[in-house]
Amino acid sequence: MTEAVPKEKIQQVDEGLERGVAGLTEEKIQKVIQRVIAGETGARLKAYVDTCIHCGLCSDACHYFLSRDRDPRYSPVGKVKQTLWEMLRKDGKVSPDFIKQARIIASTHCNLCKRCAMYCPFGIDVAYLMLVVRRICHLLGVTPLYIQDTAHSHAATFNQMWVKDDEWIDTLQWQEEEAQGELPALRIPLEKEGADIMYSVIGPEPKFQAQLIYQAAVIMNVAGVNWTMPATPGWDNSDMAMFTGDNEIMGRVKRAHFETAARLRVKRIVMGECGHAFRSVYDVGNRWLGWGMPPIPIVHAIDFYHELLSQGRIKVAKKFTETVTLHDPCNVVRGGGLHEKARDVVRWMCEGFVEMEPNREHNYCCCAGGGVINCGPPYKKQRVESNRVKAEQISAAKVKGAKIVITPCHNCHSGIEDIIHHYDLGVETKFLGDILYEVMEKPG
Amino acid sequence: MDELYRLATGPLVWAAFIIFIGGSLFRLIHLILLVHRKEKFIYTYISLKYGLRSILHWLTPFGTTNWRLHPWLTIVTFAFHICLVLTPVFLLAHIVLWDEAWNISWWALPDRLAIVMTVIVIGGCLFFFIRRRVTPEVAYVTSGSDYAILLLTAAPFLTGLIAYFQWFDVRLFTLLHVLSGEAMLIAIPFTRISHMLFAPLTRGYMGSEFGGIRHARDW
Repeated sequence: MTEAVPKEKIQQVDEGLERGVAGLTEEKIQKVIQRVIAGETGARLKAYVDTCIHCGLCSDACHYFLSRDRDPRYSPVGKVKQTLWEMLRKDGKVSPDFIKQARIIASTHCNLCKRCAMYCPFGIDVAYLMLVVRRICHLLGVTPLYIQDTAHSHAATFNQMWVKDDEWIDTLQWQEEEAQGELPALRIPLEKEGADIMYSVIGPEPKFQAQLIYQAAVIMNVAGVNWTMPATPGWDNSDMAMFTGDNEIMGRVKRAHFETAARLRVKRIVMGECGHAFRSVYDVGNRWLGWGMPPIPIVHAIDFYHELLSQGRIKVAKKFTETVTLHDPCNVVRGGGLHEKARDVVRWMCEGFVEMEPNREHNYCCCAGGGVINCGPPYKKQRVESNRVKAEQISAAKVKGAKIVITPCHNCHSGIEDIIHHYDLGVETKFLGDILYEVMEKPG
Repeated sequence: MDELYRLATGPLVWAAFIIFIGGSLFRLIHLILLVHRKEKFIYTYISLKYGLRSILHWLTPFGTTNWRLHPWLTIVTFAFHICLVLTPVFLLAHIVLWDEAWNISWWALPDRLAIVMTVIVIGGCLFFFIRRRVTPEVAYVTSGSDYAILLLTAAPFLTGLIAYFQWFDVRLFTLLHVLSGEAMLIAIPFTRISHMLFAPLTRGYMGSEFGGIRHARDW
C-alpha cells in the first residue's frame, strides 16, 4: 500500500520551478547572477546592501511576518538574507535548489508592496531587492508556471489572458449591446481618433469580468465623456512580465499600450480599478522605456470617479445604504497617493463608512499583489495564511458595522475575496465602480 | 610601550583621519559615479524638498510610525547616536589635544556630562547587543560582523572611561583608547558603520520617490 501524500505537498509542486531548475548547473547560475549584479544593478543595490545595519526594524511593516507569528524568515530583511545576501556572499555560486527556494521567497513571500520602505529608517527598498532576485530567476528560467503562462500571453498577444483580437472586439460589442438594453443610446466607441480619453482595462475584464466594462460604459455615457477603446492589441494595461522579472516583455507591452494611445491621439489614458497596472504604466514601464513620467497622463479610476463626481458630471441618485470600509491598494495609495480621493468618492456614494486600521499609506497589503496571486493555486493556501492581519483588520471593521469591503484594485479584490472566504468573515467585496454604477443617476 | 604610544598618538592619528576622510570621500564619490554610470534616472527623481522632508521626519524622535512603535529602541537609538557623535568632538581632553597641536579650540562639554554621555554610548551598545540576542527577527539576520561593529563602537568609549577614572593601568588604557578610536575612524567608510554616510542618501532618495512621484508619506 502506498502512503498517502499530504494534500499540502501535492499542491506545492510547481512545474515551472521543477523544470526550470532541472536544467541548471552551478556554473550557469553563477554566470547569470554575476551578469545581473554587474550589468543591471548599480548604486542602489550597493548602497542598500552596504547600509543595512541588520536592525530588523522593517519586520513590523510586513504582513507576512506579522501573520506568521513574527517568524523572522518572513521579515523583509530575512527574505533578503535568504536570497540576495547569500548570492552576493558566494559570488553567485549557489545551487539549483537555492534558486528554487529564492524564487519561492521573492515571488510568493513578497508582494513588492513597499510598506517596509516606510519602516526602514534608511529607506532601503526591499521590493527592489526582491525584483533583482526575480530578475535572476527569470533569466535562469525558473518561474512559477501560472504567472509564466500570463507572461507568455503578454508576449504573444499583448494581453494577459490569451484574449484573441476578434474576441476582444466581440466582447466590447457584446457589452455595448447588453448596456443598450439599459441606455439605448449607449456606445462603446472603438478606434475613435482624437477622443479625450482612451479607456484601458486589464486582460481578465474581457475574459471573465465583462460586466465591469458594461459598468464603465454606462458611467462614461452618462457623464458624456468623449472616450474610446482601442480595437487593437495595446488595450490591456496589465503586466505580469513586470513581476516575473521579464523586463523586456514588460517594456514591449507598455510600449504597445502607450503607442496605442498615441495613435488614437487621446489626451489621457483612464484605467479601470487595477493597482499593478497603474504601477506598470505610471511608475515602471515608462521608466524602462526612458520616460521620466508617463508620456500620456495616466488617470486611475479612483481619480476619474473623483473628477466626475466633484464636477457633477455623475450625480448620486440615492446613497449606498450598507456601511462600507475601504481597502487602500498599495500601488495606488503608497504608489499614487490616491487615498484621500478614494475616501471622498466613498463618502459621496455611501451613507456609512468606517476605516480599517491601519489605513492610507500604512495599510496592509492584500497579499495578492506583486504577482503573488498570479503564481496560482500551488501558493493559495500560504497566501491567505500569510495575511491573517488583513483578516483581523476586516473583522475589526465588521465589528464597527462594515458589511462591504471596497477594493479599488483587481488583485486586491481577488486576494481579499480569498481572505474573506478562508477566514469566513461574512462580508462582501466590491469595486468602487460597482457601487457608483448602482447609486448614480441614470437617464430614463 | 612608549614607542607604541608615540606611534599611536602621532602618525597613526594622521593615518586614521586621512583614511576616515579620504575613505568616506572615496565611498561617496564612488557611489555617485555609479549613479552617473548606471542609474542616471535617479537624478530625475531626486528632490531636495521631499528628500529633506523624509530625512527630517526620521531624524525626529517619535517622528515616524515605526519610531512610535518601538519607544525604547527609539529613545536608546537617538540618545546613543547623539552621544556617539558629540562626546568625542566636544570632550575637553580631546579639545586640549587640538589646542596643543593646532592652537584651535572650541566649547567643551562639562566632564560630568561627558561621562554620562559616554555611559549612554556604552549602554546603547549593550542594549543593541542584547536586542541582537533576544529579538528573533534581529537575531536571524545577525552575523559576526554585527557584533564586531558593536565592539568597535563601544571600545573607544569604554577604554576612555577606564582611562579617565584611572581604574587599571592608565597608560595601557590610554593607549588602547587611542588605538580603538583610530580603528573606529578607519572602519567607518569600510564597514556597515558607513550607514553614517549613505543613510541620508538612501532615505533622501526614498523620500523623493514617495513625495514627488507617489504623493505619499514615507514615515
